[in-house]
Parts: sequence; C-alpha cells; structure tokens
Amino acid sequence: MQALWPLVKREFTAYFATPIAYVFVVIFAALAGVFTFQIGVFYERGIADLIPFFQYLPWLFLVLAPAISMRLWAEERRTGTIELLMTLPLTTTTAVIAKWLAGWLFMGLALVATMTLWITVNWLGEPDNAVIAISYLGSWATAGVFLAMGAAASAITRNQVIAFILAALLIFIFLTAGTPIVLDAARAVLPQAAVDAIAALSAMTHFASINRGVVVLSDVVYWVSMILFWLFVNVIVVELKKAD
Amino acid sequence: MPASLRLENLHKRFRAIHAVKGVSLSVEKGEVLGFLGPNGAGKSTTMKMATGFLRPDAGRALICDIDVQLDPVGARRHLGYLPEGAPAYGEMTVKGFLKFIGEVRGLKGAALRQALDKVVERTRLESVWGQTIETLSKGYRRRVGLAQAILHEPDVLILDEPTDGLDPNQKHQVRQLIREMARDSAIIVSTHILEEVPAVCTRAVIIARGRIIADGTAEEIAAMAPGDTPSLEAAFRHLTLGGEDKNQPRAGDAAQAAAEAEKETAGEA
Repeated sequence: MQALWPLVKREFTAYFATPIAYVFVVIFAALAGVFTFQIGVFYERGIADLIPFFQYLPWLFLVLAPAISMRLWAEERRTGTIELLMTLPLTTTTAVIAKWLAGWLFMGLALVATMTLWITVNWLGEPDNAVIAISYLGSWATAGVFLAMGAAASAITRNQVIAFILAALLIFIFLTAGTPIVLDAARAVLPQAAVDAIAALSAMTHFASINRGVVVLSDVVYWVSMILFWLFVNVIVVELKKAD
Repeated sequence: MPASLRLENLHKRFRAIHAVKGVSLSVEKGEVLGFLGPNGAGKSTTMKMATGFLRPDAGRALICDIDVQLDPVGARRHLGYLPEGAPAYGEMTVKGFLKFIGEVRGLKGAALRQALDKVVERTRLESVWGQTIETLSKGYRRRVGLAQAILHEPDVLILDEPTDGLDPNQKHQVRQLIREMARDSAIIVSTHILEEVPAVCTRAVIIARGRIIADGTAEEIAAMAPGDTPSLEAAFRHLTLGGEDKNQPRAGDAAQAAAEAEKETAGEA
C-alpha cells in the first residue's frame, strides 16, 4: 500500500496535464446552473433550497463521470504503460483503488465548482445548510459509484471513446432502473420481489432520499457495496485484459 | 538471497499459437545474458513471463528465488524492467516521472534524492530533467526507460531491446551502463542486434519458434556456423532458419549471409 499515495498523486495531476478536464468541469458547472435556474425553475419556486440542483445532478453525472473515468485504464493500455505499472511492486488492487480515488477527488473538485449555487441561495434566503451539506456528500458518493463503473469500463478497452460510451450506458441503466417507467414495465412481467430488487439497485432510489437530507444506513451500505463491487470487477478485468 | 533470475520450463499459448514451448534458463549475479532471436520467436513473451506481467500456462519464473506469480510484489521489489518500446507517462516531466517511480518503490527523502542524483548522472539526463517525456527524442526516451529500471539498483534487470533506435554513441553509453550494472545484478538483455553480444554479454541464448536452440558464450555460438569461419551472424541464420536455406550461402560466405540476415531483419521491422 506504500504505492497508493504516489499513484493517487500521479493520476490526479494527470487530469491537469490536458485542458480536457478543465473544459469538462466548466461545462459541468455551467450546465448545473442551467438545470437549476432554467429547467429547475429556481426563482419561480420561491423556496430557498437546492433541490432543483440536486434533482438534475445524477443526469449530469451521466456525462461527467464517464468523461473522468474513461482515460484511467484505456490510456495505460493504449500507450503500453500498463506493462510498466503492473511490473512495479504493487498489487492490481492498489492500482485500481488509486485510480478510482484520483477520479473521485477530481469529481469532488467539480462539485466544489458548483458551490457558487450554495452561496447564491444563502444570499437570497435562509436555506437549511445541513440538508445541502448532506446532499453534497450524497452526490459525491453517488459519483463514486458511477466512477467505479466507469473505471471498470475503461479497463475493457484501449479506446477512450468506447470506454466513455460503455460507462455512460452502464450508468444510464442504473439511473433509470428506479424510475416509474422501468418499474411499471417490470411489474407487468416480474414478481414484486424482483421489482423491489431492481428499485433497490437503482442509484435514483438512494439519491431521492438524500435530496430530503435523509441518509439512512441502507444508503451508505448501497454506496459502499456498489463501489466495492465495481472496483472488484475492475480488478478482474485488468487481470484478464492487461496483456492483450 | 542470491541475485538471480531463473526460468523453469515456461510455456505460453495465445489461442492456437504455441508461442513459448518450454523455455528454461538462469542468470546469476555478474552475468549479462543476451537473449537473441528473430522477431516473433517468443523473446518478448518470455520476458513478460519473467517479470510476472504475463501468466505462463506452465512452468514458473523466479526472481531471487521468489516465484513471480505467487509473490508478485515481493519478486518485483528486486526487479528492474524496461518493457519493449520504453513506455512512459508522456505528460510527466523526466523528474516527475522518476520521482514517481522512486516513491512507488518506497524510496523517500534523502534516499530518493540520492537515487535520483545517481541515476541522472548514469543515464545523462540532466539536460532534459524538467522536460515532459512526450517532447523527448527517441534516444532520451529510451534512457528515461533505463533510468526507471535501474533507479532502485535492482538485483535482477530485464531489458527488452534497450538499444533499439539509438545512435552509435548512445548505444555505446547504454552498453557501458549495462556492464557497470552487471557487477551487482543479474541482467538479461533482449536484442536482435548481434554485434551487441560480444560487446556486452557474458553469455547468449538463441530462441526460435518458442524454443531455446543455442546457449553459450559469443565464441561458442559463432563456432556453430556452418563451415570453418566462426561467425555469429552465420550461426544465427543457420540456427534460426534451420534447414530452410540449404542451397543458400555456405562456408566462407559469412559476410554475404550477414548482409542478407540484416536485410531480412530490416524488412521485418
């Protein structure tokens, strides 16, 4: 594990080596504003909270998370540096955790960039800041799940575009699994227990509760176990595909 | 723990292709083993199995008596490896990259600074120290790759075509460096440049179609050439092409054979 921090540091700084990351963060922050003020009718609601922002956030993650995770492994495989990395004295697990962690920290930075909204709402009224803080943490945790999916998708291919599309697809499935459209359709053909299972696996179900400032143990268990599961998948994929 | 690399009966298949068919060899401290063979003979595959990057289908690789598949992290602590093409993180500076490698290897503080100072001097990287790797010439990139491999003064050094793409002066420097490293390490160097063998290697192995077909000093292998004139090129050609060129240049025609072998290598590359 001595290799973990040097790796996290390297991966994190690699994001700033190209302008792409900056572009994504700026687009993300700008879109967050558009969703909150235009589509989320922030002013018209006349309520001092950030619910409109947090409601649309998972859909923004659908684009941002794959953009952040796509290079993590695909780039290593394309340039051949994976051979260098995987012959250093570190385990595949350490490398997988380090890369995900670097992406997650970068995602945290993107979320910090949206905190101007938090300042705005405080200037306009008196929001419940504890609820907003919890919503931010929950959003970051949800992003962590998506990034773990994206990192696993990135290990499948040496092409970053394919990595992006695969990740977005995977995230889309987990996002929409909890929507009424999908659940109603599932109810028609599946037993109730299966429908409940689909709803429980959906990122949306857990995201809805944090929007109200409520974090239940089951949410935390969901985030942690989903991240661990996808990191595990990531390790397996790297082991299988690294030498291809 | 002896500084040594041992390969025992390694096999590797890629679907229908049996790329490596039972390669065994050992390299001790003080030895520089030249690993020769035509392109596609299984050189790189064997080296990847020696580092633990590829899992062999059968057999095992031991670095300082540690099985690279059973204890990969322990084995790799003793290993310095230059993969084919010297891959490195292009967006990093030479300094940042070597510092990263050192940190991953557990070096810090004064020990890390010392290791960096020493490796910069050995590989002559001072002038590009602050440059990003993607802006470097091929020769410098290769030296950065070498620098990361020897930074921690490993017991076992595996170099896949370390002089590929270097000019004669740079080749000379790299060979000098390899000889220097040989005092404390067991070294294996893959190459298809035959002149490298007498220049740096204490011993050479020739691999063709996944099997080792010759093992000895440069003189011993040169003596395997058909005819009376010992020639490494003629021997290499004779051994790796087998009986396919019976009507081709024979004894005394070593020079011509060498020229043809070279043409062929160039064509394949």
